[in-house]
Amino acid sequence: MKAILSLFLGFIFGLGLILGGMTNPDKVLNFLTFGPHWDGSLIIVMAVAMAIMMLAWLWVSKNKKPLLDEKFSLSSLKTIDKKLIIGAVLFGLGWGLSGVCPGPGLVQLVSLKAEFLLFFASLIAGMWLTKKYK
Amino acid sequence: MITEFTPFLATVGGALIGISCALLLILYGELAGLSGLVRSALTPFKAGSFWKLSFIAGLLLAGIVVKLIAPNLLVGELNLPPWLIILTGLLVGGGTTLANGCTSGHGVCGTSRFSVRSWVATGVFMLVAVITANLVG
Repeated sequence: MKAILSLFLGFIFGLGLILGGMTNPDKVLNFLTFGPHWDGSLIIVMAVAMAIMMLAWLWVSKNKKPLLDEKFSLSSLKTIDKKLIIGAVLFGLGWGLSGVCPGPGLVQLVSLKAEFLLFFASLIAGMWLTKKYK
Repeated sequence: MITEFTPFLATVGGALIGISCALLLILYGELAGLSGLVRSALTPFKAGSFWKLSFIAGLLLAGIVVKLIAPNLLVGELNLPPWLIILTGLLVGGGTTLANGCTSGHGVCGTSRFSVRSWVATGVFMLVAVITANLVG
């Protein structure tokens, strides 16, 4: 049941990334770059998604457990440490140069374009290496 | 390349992403952080992670369906030399692993929870990305 619903939710998420324009690196880069070609679409994508999630968190605060499971599996990390900052800086560099973050990178695999396949293979390598040595 | 401001599609897209994250949280108490989901696919046989593979398959399925039905919606190119594609992939993969989250995990799920960690992470990667894009672009 969880596997089937997850497939559906992943589908909805992917559709959102595509319709929102997140899967187009040019659109992301035009959002990040100020100037005459600035494209503010992505701030709408993030703001709308955040607003809906705020309602979900409100629901979580009033309920002891999720509807179809025994407990919430949420991060309890609180500390702002070096790893968080360095990681965010590195991610910001990669995102600012390419315009691709993990979700859109995954969806663009279906384009079968060599550049996106190479990007995602490198992303996986980066994850694997960092996981191994961090 | 110049892109058009698409407020309507952006609203629909954001709503779909928000609904997906919200349902996953309310139904199963899980967070839709894409970097974390992709990372856990590296250890696919770990107990309790099958739904993550399924979620990832759903994302790919969305791409395939859109490509078949409305191919002009799934556009985009990565116009960088190969060495830079490899470098940016490594940075995105490594950075999100160190920071434990990306645009979805920290940027959408964490910020809406008013998590200080996520606000700091999102502020830092947004700022660095904006500076980088403006210096290069």
